[in-house]
Amino acid sequence: MAEGFTVVAPEKVAVGRYAGLSTGSWRWIVALALIALASVLPFAVSNYHVFELTLVMIYAIAVLGLNILTGYNGQISLGHGAFFAAGAYTAAILMHHYGVPYWATVPPAAFICFALGVLFGLPALRFEGPYLALVTLAMALATPQLLKYFDTWTGGQQGINLIKPLPPPGLGIDRDRWLYLLVLAVLLLAMRIAANMLHGRTGRAFVAIRDQPIAAAAMGIHTARYKTLAFGTSTLFTGVAGALAAIVIGYVSPEGYSLFLSISFLVGSAVGGIATIGGAIVGGLFIQFVPNLANDISDAAPGAIYGLAMLLFMYAMPRGVVGSLGPWVARLMQQLERHRVGVRRK
Amino acid sequence: MHQLLQQIFSGLAAGAIYASLALALVMIYRATDLVNFAQGEMAMFSTYIAWTLVNAGLPFWGAFIITLLASFLGGMAIERVVIRPVENAPVLAAVVVTIGLALIFNSLAGWIYSYTVQDFQSPFPDRPLFGALITTRDLGVIGVTLVMLFLLFAFFRFTATGLAMRAAAQNPASARLCGVRVGRMLAIGWGLAAAIGAAAGIMVAPVLFLDPNMMGGVLVYAFAGALLGGITSPVGAVIGGLIVGVTENLVGTYLIASQLKLTVAFALIILVLVFRPNGLFGTAILRRV
Amino acid sequence: MTVKQIIVRGLAIAGLVLTSGLALAAGQYGPGVSDIEIKIGNTMPYSGPASAYGAIGKAEAAYFAMINEQGGINGRKINFISRDDGYSPPKTVEVVRKLVEEDQVLFIFNPLGTPPNTAIQGYLNDNKVPQLFVATGADKWNDPKHFPWTMGYQPSYRIEARIYGRYILKNLPAAKIAVLYQNDDFGKDYLIGLREGMGDKADKMIIATQTYETTDPTVDSQIVSLQGSGADVLLTAAVPKFAAQAIRKVYDIGWKPTHFMTNVSSSVGAVFRPAGPEKGIGIISAAYGKDPTDPQWKDAPDFKEWLAWMKKYNPSANVADANNVYGYGVAYLMVEVLKACGNDLTRENVMKQAASLHHLTGPMSLPGITISTSATDYAPFKQMQLEKFDGTTWQLFGEVISGGPGS
Repeated sequence: MAEGFTVVAPEKVAVGRYAGLSTGSWRWIVALALIALASVLPFAVSNYHVFELTLVMIYAIAVLGLNILTGYNGQISLGHGAFFAAGAYTAAILMHHYGVPYWATVPPAAFICFALGVLFGLPALRFEGPYLALVTLAMALATPQLLKYFDTWTGGQQGINLIKPLPPPGLGIDRDRWLYLLVLAVLLLAMRIAANMLHGRTGRAFVAIRDQPIAAAAMGIHTARYKTLAFGTSTLFTGVAGALAAIVIGYVSPEGYSLFLSISFLVGSAVGGIATIGGAIVGGLFIQFVPNLANDISDAAPGAIYGLAMLLFMYAMPRGVVGSLGPWVARLMQQLERHRVGVRRK
Repeated sequence: MHQLLQQIFSGLAAGAIYASLALALVMIYRATDLVNFAQGEMAMFSTYIAWTLVNAGLPFWGAFIITLLASFLGGMAIERVVIRPVENAPVLAAVVVTIGLALIFNSLAGWIYSYTVQDFQSPFPDRPLFGALITTRDLGVIGVTLVMLFLLFAFFRFTATGLAMRAAAQNPASARLCGVRVGRMLAIGWGLAAAIGAAAGIMVAPVLFLDPNMMGGVLVYAFAGALLGGITSPVGAVIGGLIVGVTENLVGTYLIASQLKLTVAFALIILVLVFRPNGLFGTAILRRV
Repeated sequence: MTVKQIIVRGLAIAGLVLTSGLALAAGQYGPGVSDIEIKIGNTMPYSGPASAYGAIGKAEAAYFAMINEQGGINGRKINFISRDDGYSPPKTVEVVRKLVEEDQVLFIFNPLGTPPNTAIQGYLNDNKVPQLFVATGADKWNDPKHFPWTMGYQPSYRIEARIYGRYILKNLPAAKIAVLYQNDDFGKDYLIGLREGMGDKADKMIIATQTYETTDPTVDSQIVSLQGSGADVLLTAAVPKFAAQAIRKVYDIGWKPTHFMTNVSSSVGAVFRPAGPEKGIGIISAAYGKDPTDPQWKDAPDFKEWLAWMKKYNPSANVADANNVYGYGVAYLMVEVLKACGNDLTRENVMKQAASLHHLTGPMSLPGITISTSATDYAPFKQMQLEKFDGTTWQLFGEVISGGPGS
């Protein structure tokens, strides 16, 4: 026998399993636990925090839209604030000028923003990289101007004040909590739809176009069609988020949809993990809470703290929180499994 | 007719402002393949440094030189400390870092110098020429921009460092094999861009008035101008900037109410780019499989 | 009665008197009030495109710091909680909800910006929280019938523009007017007010308008356009940076209109000196406060007091910035209202005291200009005075004008 070596028949360590369940099943368990937690949370915290968390979820839906386009399909967008505004104003105009009930404004907003996305996605096919950035930047800049110009519909500089929605009678919960649950339902639906799309054929086509556009085309993927589809789906999500925001905040005006909003979405995407679905939630948390924290830390230069936070997140996790932590969690689970099964290495 | 000429000259004066910042953007792009969203804020911060020096009693051109040197060193330092960590990370991470950098500079400037508009005297006297079409100060801005353009063009075309920098940007791996210190090239690129930005800011402050938000709007137009001209071409950047300035002025006067000026001006620029997706003077990048 | 009964009864009565006396002394407290502090909430744009106005919030904090050092108001210190909303209405809604629901402030003081204030007006009125002395010149804050909890402060932009309109009608009846205005509620209000001041002559006399965005680098093109219209009167409704550019460009292209400048950009130090003081000679504006950079006020006692306060409590702020006078003035008014509340520090009483001001003279107000409010009049400042720039200082002329809709 060779010195110092003991041959031990390696125990079969199942990759991707822990305690008898696959990582897929574990993911389900964690997801269900989180959903349960999220549903109960609003009843444990104050109205203001419920409102804040509702905003987080709204931003998460918006960022999810951006993830589809920029993360999975590789088309950069500095202009998603424009589509957020489009969804918001669609909802506002329907509610204010036509008396449509608030919950019924979301599907039209989704449809209109999808159409807008396809409309803008077509010329965007011509552009890549910094050129595409410029085109989308132009959209973001044009939005406040256009909103102010068509003031018979949009209320111009004055904006539109919306009636606060009433929770359905008989449920016994107040408006803040009702809106929270509504937005939570929309978020879960959005994530499910995104997951279905992105983990299936469409998603694979998106990624192929992003990583190897020539090879993808050579393999028969209709690049133009998928890129336009990516644009439309992306703006649909962000538009729905905008409509929800209008309903929850109760007021729309051009100042709420500046270039800074579009940049915030991009930053939120990157921090959360641009090519992930769960990262959208982290992005929403970042956009909502970090500027407030920055304000608490320094009221002299809050922007500097916010900027610093962006830098630190990118240094620590350049692929975003979920993008970087995802593989790390998988490795951790494998280590734990090894440990649990008791593989010995001598 | 006089109106038209006046608008064109106003546009050229504004365009020179955009062109000078566009040069800095092109510099960074050629050196690092990255669009630096913090370029405007860095230029603004450098201008405040120059302003502080002038207020402390230094003569204008002395402050100018010192600020340019300081900005060069500062730019190199930023590349090493702030950008280096995300060099091998996905592009988006670097973009977010430049966005964060822009926020930091803007916020710091507001905190240190307050948001009140400051007076920055131009070295060029303010005399109107050609029957009030243009002032000597505007000509000064155009002149300095052209000088910078020439220097930049010569640098990339005729110097060894310029060549090495182009190589480092296009193909870092091969460049390293040829003995090019890629890291140093990147740092020099950022330093030069910061210096160009500083010069742009100092020239422009007497016209726009110095405040922390001075360069915000300019950056967007400079970006448009740089891309219109071709993001890899310094000549294109200048011409693009001038075109953007003139277009913006003419659109607002003749084409549509000023409330939609920005929208229509950008729409026109994008229309041009649809027909020439790499800009007017840019080189098309051929991708081989 | 027995002695014991008398004593017990006496003690009971004494106890009753004493506790009710204490209760009166302790007063009525709304949220955020205790024996030693009053919590006030505020939103300001400390970041974003309107961050120049953040100086107002800092000035207010500095003023309250001075009051606290001097003992507070009736023994209570002011706890001034000011948060950044970036001039974004959705953020304002969030921040104000936090101030009201989490921080439990007594009221919201001097929130800045028309869109931010519009966004929170419904919420604050529904929850009966005072929205006091809003920092915007929009007309709509003087509506006690529909919004009894919202009160304005400064003379509205429309009041000011009406004054210019009436002046033009009276003194320049054949004028051809051009207007440069910022493409938002602030700028548009000037156009509306001018038209109101000119009545049915407005359409004939206003021959050209141009707008600009705060993201535009310059307004040179707009000025050139307006000159091309052949106008001989110009009204500029622009914030300081663009006002300075406009003054300079008008001069540089050789145009000599009768030039009216919004009060917002009438600061000698922040606008006229950067533009070049000789270029602004003859410009007309209207004011209700003293310009701290105007040399004619340098010996005025209230100016000296203001300057001393700046040096001691607000040293990092810019003396040329009129925002520091504004913040000082509105904070002073707030303190007067709170003093008048005594120990009855409920939201209702705060509102009541704010609506009961009679010819109060604020510090740094122009001579003759006073603050008055009533249950049907929620506009504290209604008067302004015309002034003309002579290259160094503002020369006041004419009478103090009251600019209500009817006058």
